[in-house]
Amino acid sequence: MNAAVAMAGIEKAFGGVPVLRGITLEVAPGSILGLVGENGAGKSTLMNILGGNLQPDAGSISVGGRPFSPRTPADARTAGIAFVHQELTLFGNLTIAENLHLTRFPRRWGLPWIDRGASVRQGADLLARVGLSQRADMLVERLTAGERQLVEIARAIGAQARVLILDEPTTSLGAVERGRLLSLLRELQDAGLAIIFISHELSEVLQICDSVVVLRDGQVAGTGSASTFSVQSLVALMVGREVRQLYPPVRAPGNQEPLLEVRRLGEPSVAHEISLTLHRGEMLGVFGLMGAGRSELARMLFGLDRHTSGDVLLEGRPLSGGPAQRIGRGLAFVTEDRRQDGLCLEAPVADNMTLVHLAALTRTPLRLINRAALRAEVARMSTDVRLTRAPPHLPAGRLSGGNQQKVILAKWLLRPPRVLILDEPTRGIDVGARGEIYELLHRLADTGTGVLVISSELEELTGICDRILVMRQGEIGGEFPRDRFVREDLLRAALPVRVSG
Amino acid sequence: MSWVGGGGKGEGKRGKGEGNPGAVALALNVGAFLTFALLVPGFATGPNLETVVISALPLFLLAVGQTFVLISAGIDLSSTAVVGLVSVVGGVVMSAEEGTQGGTLGTLTGLAAMLATGVAAGAVNGACVGWLRMPAFMVTLTLGMFAGGLAVWLARTVAATETLYGLPSQFLQIGGDAGIALALTAALGIAAHGLLSGTLFGRALQSVGYNARVALVSGLRVQRVILATYVLGGLFAAFAAVLLTGRLETASPTHGRQLLLDVIGATVIGGTSLSGGRGRIGWTALGVLFLALVGNGLTLMNLSDFAITIVKGLVILAAALLDAWRVRRRGRS
Repeated sequence: MNAAVAMAGIEKAFGGVPVLRGITLEVAPGSILGLVGENGAGKSTLMNILGGNLQPDAGSISVGGRPFSPRTPADARTAGIAFVHQELTLFGNLTIAENLHLTRFPRRWGLPWIDRGASVRQGADLLARVGLSQRADMLVERLTAGERQLVEIARAIGAQARVLILDEPTTSLGAVERGRLLSLLRELQDAGLAIIFISHELSEVLQICDSVVVLRDGQVAGTGSASTFSVQSLVALMVGREVRQLYPPVRAPGNQEPLLEVRRLGEPSVAHEISLTLHRGEMLGVFGLMGAGRSELARMLFGLDRHTSGDVLLEGRPLSGGPAQRIGRGLAFVTEDRRQDGLCLEAPVADNMTLVHLAALTRTPLRLINRAALRAEVARMSTDVRLTRAPPHLPAGRLSGGNQQKVILAKWLLRPPRVLILDEPTRGIDVGARGEIYELLHRLADTGTGVLVISSELEELTGICDRILVMRQGEIGGEFPRDRFVREDLLRAALPVRVSG
Repeated sequence: MSWVGGGGKGEGKRGKGEGNPGAVALALNVGAFLTFALLVPGFATGPNLETVVISALPLFLLAVGQTFVLISAGIDLSSTAVVGLVSVVGGVVMSAEEGTQGGTLGTLTGLAAMLATGVAAGAVNGACVGWLRMPAFMVTLTLGMFAGGLAVWLARTVAATETLYGLPSQFLQIGGDAGIALALTAALGIAAHGLLSGTLFGRALQSVGYNARVALVSGLRVQRVILATYVLGGLFAAFAAVLLTGRLETASPTHGRQLLLDVIGATVIGGTSLSGGRGRIGWTALGVLFLALVGNGLTLMNLSDFAITIVKGLVILAAALLDAWRVRRRGRS
């Protein structure tokens, strides 16, 4: 019997950085394949290729035995592949039936005239198949997360899908909804669908899947029948790799003088009673899975988002106000997304580099910019962060990811900050630039700056930090000093705890 | 541009082909001048060119204000209506029968009232766009309607007519005397250029226009920058009203009414981006000059008003097209 989906030798690189390096996997009709791996292992890229969102650089795909090379998501839909995304893609202001039929409404008399009655009737049938007891003419915005998930699956069934891809389908669900979803997946499996199930919930993967593929660094690290794995063996496969000589030598930890103190920080559904202390000269890592609340924590510390309870103190004095005030107190923040809120891509490198501390480069009384001083500072910082091949007048958007990140670092380090917060500082950055950034951070910490590094890459944090905090579901779930950096333990601390019931 | 093609791995790869907006605007002016000089007798004469420049001064001041606002990634559709309101306010203050009619004091009071009106209108725009986060086009369009109506109501209520005469001669001189008008406009233009290219505010404005989120994270007070930008827009509209009112020797709600498309058009022809971030006062001056040359040349060719409007519309559309193309080339995602 032909595999429902077979992928062979899939390769993909972004900007010269390989993300997938020869992936091969198969799913048979009527079976569930679990796909697991750390953040950045390549799961999403692989599924985006199957779903037609990305084109592979090499390798082949076949669906039902026939070669398949989707160029758009519509191609994948036509071939019977349905993708239920992590962030749901329903329109809240439309009804369930409208969402179900968005791409192909039933027509009246073959005219381009929507047959609303038929749409609602067919919608009700689909809802019955996924066991959702809601009226098909109800607005989607009134549904719970779990119900929406079921609507997404109903849409896939309605589109005659033969392959169903689910990306982290259970993270936003309660225990009851979770159970219902899993039993629905079993029914669909019995009906002959092939299902690819992506999840960090390893026990769930072992419970429901027939076979498992473990990805690590864009390669298949292990594959086999689910019964041959345990949670421990999966974790070992996910993280087990030799540490490359990418990280600077271990540094002497800073003194224990508290610099930034966070006390019981809280914001409904984002952060719960977060307390932490960053010391002078310390490299403190914050690890966690996506959605654990790490970026939200950083934004609150920097005054970009508000929090309803708790305090933040810098050198014993409360921090308040927005970014402008907090930068004045010595905070700096390298954001997660360089394009969104890191750089003015069209503006020259020099303008970007001097954006934060431009006031220091003006002359009173008219606050005219001192161009000579500005040029000198830009040259000094370019050397400092080892920015090469990036003349000051070049638009920042034309630089490589690594150089863009160096420009952002230079912008903050133009006047040394007391506390530097970095969110995913090396995402999408090539290995060479990474090493240079790590070194730079260590040098900065050696001068007494407290450095808070948020990352999804465990290896990065264990490589450069003195101490690591693990966040999960908006809370601090564990604290690990350097002598207790055991990757399995850290990863386990990051996995969501299931509330029994 | 020695770096073009010099760097490796994608850096500087797209250095060519995007063009320098200032050079494009300059070339347009040279082209228009030569064309009309050849085709139209009486075009390339001293008196005619003087007329072209002097009559374009109010348009230039409005376009300077618009340049600031466009750089902030906004738009000011109210500026020409504000000109009418400012003109009427000035007329009402200066021609008031029992007021400080005539003389230096009257002129100064009138000027102060006019500039204050412009600033107030700009502040309303800026507050709505900056703090209430309303779309700039909606805010300024509505304020323009309001200002236009208020101007007519004010004129009718106070003077029982829409056109106010009897303004002090010192005041009329500012806009009526070509030398004074030119000197004032040049001084304002140079100040605006300095503000935009040489000060903290100018750099903050550009950053807000390129990417307001980056500006916020980098510690800029984005809302204040936006407020200041629209205030500048209102202030320059008020100066334009001073010139127009002086030149036409009357205060009227209709001053500037036909200019809105020319204002935005001239700014965009100069190369200031509709998407924010990029723009220069010098470019805008070239854009204004180009529209003025084209309008004058076509008039001398005895083309009708509507034909001229059609040509201007096409030119402005082409400029907007060029702007969209430049933005795409720069890889804004």
